[in-house]
Amino acid sequence: MNLQNLWFVLIVVLWSGYFLLEGFDFGVGMLLPFLPRDDEERGAMFESIGPVWDGNEVWLVTAGGATFAAFPAWYATMFSGLYIALLAVLFFLIIRVISFEWRSKSESPAWRKVWLWANAVGSFGASLIWGVGFANLLYGTPINSSGDFDGTFWDLFNWYTVLAGLAVVAIFAFHGATFLTLRTQGDLLARAGRAAKRLSVAAAVLGAGFLISTVVVAVDRNDKNVFPPVLPAAIGIAALVLAAVFVHRRRQIWAFTMTGLGAIAVIVTLFTSLFPRVMVSSTDFGNSLTVSNSASQHYTLAVMTVVALIFIPLVLLYQGWTYHVFRARVGGPGGEPTH
Amino acid sequence: MILASSTTVDLARAQFATTSIYHFLFVPLTLGLGPIVAIFQTMWRRTGDEAWLRLTHFFGTLFLINFAIGVATGLVQEFQFGMNWSVYSKFVGNVFGAPLAIEGLAAFFLESTFLGLWIFGWNRLSPRLHLATLWIAVIGTWLSAYFILVANSFMQDPVGYKIVNGQAVLTSVWALLSSHWAFSAFVHTILAGLTCGAAVVFGVCCWHFARGRNVELFRPAAKVALIVLVPVSCVNLWFGSHFGILVTSLQPVKISAAEAQWEDCQKCAFSLFQIGGFTKSDETPSFSIEVPGLLSYLSTGSFNGKVTGLNELNNQYVAQYGKGNYLPSIEAIYWSMRVMAYAGSFVALVAIIGAFLFWKRRLERLKWFLWIAVASSFLPFLACAAGWCLTEIGRQPWIVQGLLKTGSANSPAVSSTWLAISLGVFISLYAVLLVLDIWLMRRYAGRDPSDQGGASPAPAIGY
Repeated sequence: MNLQNLWFVLIVVLWSGYFLLEGFDFGVGMLLPFLPRDDEERGAMFESIGPVWDGNEVWLVTAGGATFAAFPAWYATMFSGLYIALLAVLFFLIIRVISFEWRSKSESPAWRKVWLWANAVGSFGASLIWGVGFANLLYGTPINSSGDFDGTFWDLFNWYTVLAGLAVVAIFAFHGATFLTLRTQGDLLARAGRAAKRLSVAAAVLGAGFLISTVVVAVDRNDKNVFPPVLPAAIGIAALVLAAVFVHRRRQIWAFTMTGLGAIAVIVTLFTSLFPRVMVSSTDFGNSLTVSNSASQHYTLAVMTVVALIFIPLVLLYQGWTYHVFRARVGGPGGEPTH
Repeated sequence: MILASSTTVDLARAQFATTSIYHFLFVPLTLGLGPIVAIFQTMWRRTGDEAWLRLTHFFGTLFLINFAIGVATGLVQEFQFGMNWSVYSKFVGNVFGAPLAIEGLAAFFLESTFLGLWIFGWNRLSPRLHLATLWIAVIGTWLSAYFILVANSFMQDPVGYKIVNGQAVLTSVWALLSSHWAFSAFVHTILAGLTCGAAVVFGVCCWHFARGRNVELFRPAAKVALIVLVPVSCVNLWFGSHFGILVTSLQPVKISAAEAQWEDCQKCAFSLFQIGGFTKSDETPSFSIEVPGLLSYLSTGSFNGKVTGLNELNNQYVAQYGKGNYLPSIEAIYWSMRVMAYAGSFVALVAIIGAFLFWKRRLERLKWFLWIAVASSFLPFLACAAGWCLTEIGRQPWIVQGLLKTGSANSPAVSSTWLAISLGVFISLYAVLLVLDIWLMRRYAGRDPSDQGGASPAPAIGY
């Protein structure tokens, strides 16, 4: 495998890490207005992701930086083309990030309510737009012959990209609910379990619809064969269906594993459908950005490969350790480790 | 509504300036307050004195209130290169992207993950390990600053690259990482960050002294703050002026612009204040107060040094790069440099007087000085903002010195309408957050540290 393709894979890894980890943070955020009955339970839900959300978000920062370094033309066209969408993502992420530290800083119920909703709306909005945004890379945007986006904000919306947005919202909400079944106890746990059951149907239906559509769009609009994109799509559908089964059988760890796999399958299916292109042009297929026409030179990629091979395992190690340290369930009395 | 492309560039510049200056109100506080909180916690571990633990919780809370905004606004910075400056991003991505990506992998992961461990780890980690998590997070923030400054240095003093097919391509990552400019900028920034952190801690202590509250508790905190603040603020004045010599050799326009020095000169005077003299049609100020030889010393290291004037520099650039105006806004540079230097000097002066009064045990009773110290805790932030204005406006018209001009580096896909929307969103959102942040900081800085059960090692933050 040449370094350009390796970096395409590493970008997929970084976005997968982001969807897997911040996916459940967003899910917990979306459930904030609905699950807890009192302020203590709201606090418990915040605490369930409190120690880890910031580290999870760095997967986004790194994915962005790595795209800039390894595929400058892709980074430039994607970020300037999806301008208003990314502006909205930034708005949602900012109000959400701040809610974590600021909510508890005043006893005022109004203040706490504002930041709870900031987290919920931020999580929902960011999930929706990530779905719409990534789907656009495959469905195609107006890209001119100099490789620049040449359209309007409304060009980003069509049946497929909207379906992608809704599917990502549903999958993240489901993923957040299965995460909460691992991290909470008592009444909150019971309610998280019920929410997971309800969300499992929506996530499986929308997720399957989106993954199948992705394969269709890949064949239709990106000159791909059904195989290989169908492989991650099938795994994703199976994972979401199994997650629904496990949720009903109260196999919490397995359910969470499967929703995580479902979140990763969204990214892997999309990028498998894209390769070797990274952004399809709807103006003229020949204008599409590809791995090779948007990549950095060999030396930069070689340097970045060494850095990534040293640091990604280290990051996985200490982030994994963090999850071990905070394995105890939150809320309720005691808070001792339960597994 | 589609306006001329110069308007688009101006809007993009206005947005970058707004969001960067705002981001950099919170960054230096993170860089400087983090280690001071870590010192407090280390003192608690060493002495077992509960007062240090209270101080750790007290200033730790102030640290976290601001850290959140720093993280949130940092994302904007990373996205903005691609969103607003796509031509620039394509041009420098091979080189500039690398330090940004390394920052994420090697520094930001470290700081975010270990800060999470510190905030929630009070009862779950052994005390030694828990203390280590904070120090590791601090190291992460400093490493972060280093890699970001390496990236910025490429815009000021491009090294370790060659131009291939109209793109800057990396040829030596070591040249990039060990750039003399990056090293100087890093030291200057860390010292500025420590100045900000220590000035805030000292200011908060003085506020409590002035109101006669918790005097015994805040005295050791004031001592630590002064031990940091006096040397750091003084050394940074020297280091910053020394940095000027490097800047002169690489970006002579910046230094001559900072003095509004139109003609070549030797034994050049530094003007402390001047009226007029900032434009080509009005080269001679109508009034000025000057220090003989100081400009020569600041830019060459010798009171007898020669400084090339703006007119001659512009001629040299015209000969090298073709017709055009290669001078930035002289008035903006002149005043940025002075605001930075005067604010920095005043903080150093307050620190020295404060240390003297502290040593004589008179600090807590001198009300007028205490209020000056409280007000002075804002000055390092002003100095930082002015310093970045000097650095970035002083580089114009270049976005990458000598290689690419700002006027042709913005995103062709982004219309002025989109930019107007995003600038409006950022200004309104940031304004609201700043008001709330100041309200929160005032509330938490004025609190009685013994109110919050700080004596028991409870979590610093409860949800």
